[in-house]
Amino acid sequence: MHEVMLEVRNLTKAFSGFVATNDVSLTAEKNRITAVIGPNGAGKSTLFNLITGHIVPDQGVVILEGRDITAIAPHKICRLGMARSFQRTNIFPKLTVYENIQAAFISHGGRGLDMWGAATRQFRDKTDAMLDSLALTDVADTIAGEMSHGAQKQVELGIALAGEPRILLLDEPTAGMSAQETRESIALLAKIAQERGLTLLFTEHDMDVVFSISQKIAVLHQGRIIATGSPQEVRENEEVRRVYLGGGKH
Amino acid sequence: MKALLSDRIPWVLIIGLLAATTPFWGSRYQIDLATYIVIFAMFATSLNLLIGSTGLVAFGHAAYFGVGAYVCGIFMGDLGIPFIAAWILGGVGAALVAAFFGYFCVRLTQTYFSMLTLACAQIVWAIAFKWNEVTGGEQGYPRVPMPEMGFLDPLFAPFVHPRALTAAKFYFIALVLSGLCIWLLQRITRSSFGRILNAIRDNPERTQFIGINVRRYQLIAFTLAGAFAGLAGGLFGIYKRGVYPDYAYWSKSAEVLIMTILGGIHSFWGPTVGSAVLILLNGMIVSYTEYWPFVLGVILLVILFAFPDGLMGTIEAFVSKPGERPEIIAKLIWWSAAGYAALVAVIGWTAAPRNLVMIGAGVAALAVLGLLQAHIMRVLERVFAFLKGRADA
Repeated sequence: MHEVMLEVRNLTKAFSGFVATNDVSLTAEKNRITAVIGPNGAGKSTLFNLITGHIVPDQGVVILEGRDITAIAPHKICRLGMARSFQRTNIFPKLTVYENIQAAFISHGGRGLDMWGAATRQFRDKTDAMLDSLALTDVADTIAGEMSHGAQKQVELGIALAGEPRILLLDEPTAGMSAQETRESIALLAKIAQERGLTLLFTEHDMDVVFSISQKIAVLHQGRIIATGSPQEVRENEEVRRVYLGGGKH
Repeated sequence: MKALLSDRIPWVLIIGLLAATTPFWGSRYQIDLATYIVIFAMFATSLNLLIGSTGLVAFGHAAYFGVGAYVCGIFMGDLGIPFIAAWILGGVGAALVAAFFGYFCVRLTQTYFSMLTLACAQIVWAIAFKWNEVTGGEQGYPRVPMPEMGFLDPLFAPFVHPRALTAAKFYFIALVLSGLCIWLLQRITRSSFGRILNAIRDNPERTQFIGINVRRYQLIAFTLAGAFAGLAGGLFGIYKRGVYPDYAYWSKSAEVLIMTILGGIHSFWGPTVGSAVLILLNGMIVSYTEYWPFVLGVILLVILFAFPDGLMGTIEAFVSKPGERPEIIAKLIWWSAAGYAALVAVIGWTAAPRNLVMIGAGVAALAVLGLLQAHIMRVLERVFAFLKGRADA
């Protein structure tokens, strides 16, 4: 069995009475790709925000590589080797693509408080390599906010990867992408995850994507996990079929 | 695009030479105006570290200007501390106050942040206004001495009129110190720290998740900006030979904010240009009309509506994007016409007796310009695009 990278135990969060996350337990194994699926409003984003410290849970714990990280500030969790992307694209819109990635390297390289050296000279090799691996070299000097949605998602991925994370959380990485962009982006993700030995935990609404790359799937419904297992097991699960896959869409 | 501007004409050299030689060709009045400009250039640039770099729109920046002015002035006047030491202490004092208020301010965002900075500034003003024993209260603190500047005599005494000598020497000191501070601010703006501030401006939530403690960085930026504002204030107190509560008043905050926006918040030199333009314009216009506040209002209106990137932003766009030139020129003409029409109407209204012809003409012109704005702009743009095509061919 694979080693556990991230474990979530009995996580519960209610917003003014509405239970968004209800006693959720989940593990993500090292170097594996785990997907969290579920209908809109199932609590996927809340679960991610609980894991990354953006929301403090009412109950339960989050354990990263054996270390309790429940309710630690997001910037500290980030430094422990976790990176994430957001559902709505989250880049630095007025900076160029190059500056976006470079800013992430500056932070992770511990140079954020350097008030003397010019930013443009920092981490150039690493930034170039990252742009190259994401096929962004041609648009390095484009203002990130002026690019297509798909390209912005690539930039966001670059920002996340700059921290050389061991686990990457992606909230709907292909949301708003065309079918073509989705295919390319997923192929790239799988490749990067393998090359870098990344643990991937992601949410997704596109079932083709989920079943094509995940090794493990957890199904969330109304804040609860109703099934966990291999794609095959989840596909055959009666309850999943009833509440989700049988819904006609996807 | 910055390369283009500086490649064709050595702007920095020209302006630097102009500034450095002001005492030799300028009148006493011009030297005074130039001193005012270099001090406010530093003040506005320090504010832009918050607005342009970090995205924190601070409404109460004059608080730290005031604190710096009082600390520097009182240390020199009452305690007899030499100028440079008192000046630096003024900056340190302003930084401490900024760190204290900033600690609370950066916990709020956007409008709430702006309002809280304004509230903090009013607290500083109220203390200065009432603390008679130390600040002189409402009457201000008029005992700020001129620093000892004898070492500059060999440089200026032979060339400058005796009556302008002190002003010339102090201008020189202000120019050097302010230049030094602006250079430091430029290093900070373009440093790794500055890049992280840009990231915070663009997207604080994302910045948190590249491992940055956003509030801490905002507080550091706030404190630094306060320190440089305080250093500007220290120079201003000596320049005015006294420190008064209105240095920390909201109208001073508004003045420096307008300079910053006028010059352009997205360009490092924007605030410097903005302070120079506003101060020179003020100097020229007050001798013609008493409606300076009205003119100021119109300028601000035009900048906010038509040229939100300020003077420097517009100039840079004009130089680097030829495709936008017709639009920029068309906008400039339309807005100048509208501003002029408004001015005519207001002068007619305030004249004694009231001049109905002027009011009518101004309002009518404004109405025509307003109703036909889209058409006028389109025609102007076509004309300039045509002229440009002819020039290119």
